Amino acid sequence: MTITPSALAGRRVPNRWDMAAMLIVMGLLVGVVDVGRGTLVAPLMAHTRVIHLNPSYLPGYALRTTARMFAALFASIIFTFTFATLAAKSRRAGMVLVPILDILQSVPILGFLSFTVVFFMNLFPGRVLGAELAAIFAIFTSQAWNMAFSFYQSLTTLPADLQEAARSFRLSPWQKFWRLDVPFAMPGLVWNTMLSMSAGWFFVVASEAITVGNTTFTLPGIGSYVALALARQNLTAVFYAIVAMLVVILLYDQLLFRPLVAWSAKFRFETTATVQTADPWMLQLFRRATLFRAVGETIGGAAGAIGRLRLGAGAGVQVDDNKAPSRTLDGVWFAVILAAAAYALWRIGVFIAGTLHWGDFGTALLMGLFTFIRVTVLMGIASLVWVPIGVWIGLRPKATRIAQPIAQFLAAFPANLLFPPVVLAIVYFHANASIWLSPLMLIGTQWYILFNVIAGAAAFPGDLKEASANFRIRGALWWRRVIIPGILPYFVTGAITASGGAWNASIVAEVASWGRHKLVAQGLGAYIAQATAAGDTPRVVLGVAVMSGFVIGFNRILWRPLYAYATRRTTIG
Amino acid sequence: MDQTATIDAPLLSVRHCRQAYHKEASADLIVLDDVNVTLQSGEIVGLLGRSGSGKSTLLRIVSGLLKPTAGEVLWRGLPLTGPAAGVAMVFQSFALFPWLTVQENVELGLEAQGVKKAEREERTEAAIDLIGLGGYDTAYPKELSGGMRQRVGLARALVVHPDLLLMDEPFSALDVLTAETLRTDLIDLWMDGKLPVKSVLIVTHNIEEAVLMCDRILVFSSNPGRVAQELKVPFAHPRNRFDPAFRQMVDDIYGIMTRRKTPEVQNAPTPATGFATPLHPVGTNLMAGLVETLNAPPYEGRADLPALAAALQYEADELLPLGETLGMLGFAVLEEGDLILTDMGRKFAEAETEDRKVIFASRLLATVPLISAIRAVIDQRSNHRASAVRFRDELEDHMSPEYAEETLRTAIAWGRYAEIFEYDEEAQQFSLEEEDEAEA
Repeated sequence: MTITPSALAGRRVPNRWDMAAMLIVMGLLVGVVDVGRGTLVAPLMAHTRVIHLNPSYLPGYALRTTARMFAALFASIIFTFTFATLAAKSRRAGMVLVPILDILQSVPILGFLSFTVVFFMNLFPGRVLGAELAAIFAIFTSQAWNMAFSFYQSLTTLPADLQEAARSFRLSPWQKFWRLDVPFAMPGLVWNTMLSMSAGWFFVVASEAITVGNTTFTLPGIGSYVALALARQNLTAVFYAIVAMLVVILLYDQLLFRPLVAWSAKFRFETTATVQTADPWMLQLFRRATLFRAVGETIGGAAGAIGRLRLGAGAGVQVDDNKAPSRTLDGVWFAVILAAAAYALWRIGVFIAGTLHWGDFGTALLMGLFTFIRVTVLMGIASLVWVPIGVWIGLRPKATRIAQPIAQFLAAFPANLLFPPVVLAIVYFHANASIWLSPLMLIGTQWYILFNVIAGAAAFPGDLKEASANFRIRGALWWRRVIIPGILPYFVTGAITASGGAWNASIVAEVASWGRHKLVAQGLGAYIAQATAAGDTPRVVLGVAVMSGFVIGFNRILWRPLYAYATRRTTIG
Repeated sequence: MDQTATIDAPLLSVRHCRQAYHKEASADLIVLDDVNVTLQSGEIVGLLGRSGSGKSTLLRIVSGLLKPTAGEVLWRGLPLTGPAAGVAMVFQSFALFPWLTVQENVELGLEAQGVKKAEREERTEAAIDLIGLGGYDTAYPKELSGGMRQRVGLARALVVHPDLLLMDEPFSALDVLTAETLRTDLIDLWMDGKLPVKSVLIVTHNIEEAVLMCDRILVFSSNPGRVAQELKVPFAHPRNRFDPAFRQMVDDIYGIMTRRKTPEVQNAPTPATGFATPLHPVGTNLMAGLVETLNAPPYEGRADLPALAAALQYEADELLPLGETLGMLGFAVLEEGDLILTDMGRKFAEAETEDRKVIFASRLLATVPLISAIRAVIDQRSNHRASAVRFRDELEDHMSPEYAEETLRTAIAWGRYAEIFEYDEEAQQFSLEEEDEAEA
């Protein structure tokens, strides 16, 4: 498991394009909000479906929720293949698209949920389709960025000799895409799709029941089921929903992702044979059972035939090092981007002028600081808990085999379904919400720390283990000199995912309700959530911008250097 | 398939080809300078040269992958504007697609041509059998040994029935015995007329390989890459490595490759002198080992390079940089294919570890301007520190970034061994040894 998390995407140094990208992204969001604002009070109730708390409805709801997930996943894959390809193949497009992607994956889209809903409702007024598309779009925004980034990264690190081989055998661009680009990107892409699905479950639950101002609109699904259960204070129903979700995730994990991950191992770019682990049962079924194999081969054959099509001209492209890129075109392109950024700045200016003051900025920053402290403390606690446990498990192959799938499974579970019991406990004990709501932020993402540490400890070289045993290195010295440096790159990989997820989750986790009880933890997440509930769009934009700033800053100042350090220092050669 | 009309027209001709890389700050870096090559049907031609002589670049130009800065490439009399259908390439790294089976890898070139499934399978099967891969059809490359992988690379190139087969150091990633088997198999097929190709162009740095396989050898000189000499190999296949005439030819080529550059060449557009002399990445242990070997029997201070290479199981490309580095430091002299130890070299060979470091340090400061420059800058600074970045930047004005990096790395390794300076990798900073600092 040596896949770099997309937020770390190594070598990219911050540059002036980041600023332009930030402005353009924010401008786009402002645009979406602007379109939605005028109709925020439109009668949305018309589309609201009646949700039943009877558990017999749950399988149907679960199916609908899952269908939305996969629709969004499909959209994400299309987006990945087009956007990332464009960014990687065109130098000019790459200059803006890559920073935009980088910013987008740090923007808590959760804060914009209500606006995207309104936006899509306006596109399809009076129809359920609008609401469905809105939900799918919300899930899409949680999935697409890191998948696209992973694909982009793969495209920029294609082995030079394979590229030459593809060119010298005159593969058409279409053939090269399916024979080289996609297969090479496959392991990273599958891995990121898995992360995306986890994020998506979180979003699907949040996006099925949305309150804008004083209207709530719902789509039948597990998310709206839970929302209703919370409103009715029905703990049994919450429990049913959790069970239903567990079953759904178990099914998709076993039927889809285990086989997919095992299958994608064949695309791993290595020329040495590695230790083979047993195929997941579903993949075995596909490989051995005649019927399944026939189905698999038909699909594979069709896919192969499509990949073989000689689409696209210019198969015999020659690299010309002498041709300098046209300065004029570059100039025009820069001017266009500059104009777009300036326009975005102007729109943002108009949008916030009159409603926001420097004081608001200060408040948002202060709230961000609260959330920052919360994330930092939680990450510290989670690391102290999970690193020793992960190391203990990782060094024992038997325990690893049992624990690793469980940790991955837990990471995929939408943590927001687990909120109600905690909220109930806080209400019951009259505990301080600012402190006790905090753990919710990390409840879903802490597992990334655990399973990455397990993977790191499991991959720790046997000879180093023997050497440290031989020199009787134990206790604190062993932790300091042997195992911590050994697992550092893995830990950082897990920690970045966990911390990024925690920021995003704060929008849902810092505000919770149980019937009439409203619990609020001081922080940026709550700030955004409350502004959304109040329909105070400028403050939502401000909050989201500040949060993006925090996440990007966190990545740039802490995680990237740490990851670079870890990979540089803890590998030989 | 044979068209008698085209037989006397050359298959390929490269005329006045020049390849340069632009460098914003300074003059162009010239990789190839005024190269002329003509290839007829029915011959195997070798491009022999040291690494950095631009021979692989020339192969990429011939294959249509790269457009030369100047000059023209004619393929069957027409200018080449991209990878041509009649040219197939075998790669040094094999360049097999790890996610495709042997059969799928071989089929790739046919798929690109849009060949129908039945014909594709038939031709693939034939190529796989021809090259001795029968039974491996469904294997993935990672299940195969290096030799088998390169056979896949060969089959993949042959299946498209190219007129010209290009081979980029095809056997250099293989062990000695495996490489030999593949070479003889290929020559046997060629002699039996079973290879569906008209001509072969092979890039190599292995002198014996070139003499063993080729009808004609173009020996390249480095910096900039030029055709230094063209040789016809008069021997009939199968050739015997131990035939005195064969040995003599290998010896002669060693002589050509170690010959001092003529003044005319040294005044080439980018004079690589002084500070920006590229350093070969040769380890200090390796140098010490070679000096000791030369000093000991049977060499007693003088060794014939081909014999030395054979004894040490080195290839010319590995031994020559080593010899040249010893020459630069004044430990040995290269003369017409012989390596001769100097008095300084003998003194170094007989010294103890600490004394060796002292000798090495004095030689480095005297003969490697880059290292003395680094030391001078450190001495000038009040904090006795200097950033490596400025030296890298200065080197990059005179050579490609890769060579600059390699040269700097080598200077760092040598300087550390000789205790001329210390280097902090994290901070990319040179500093003085601590004891030196205390004295200062």
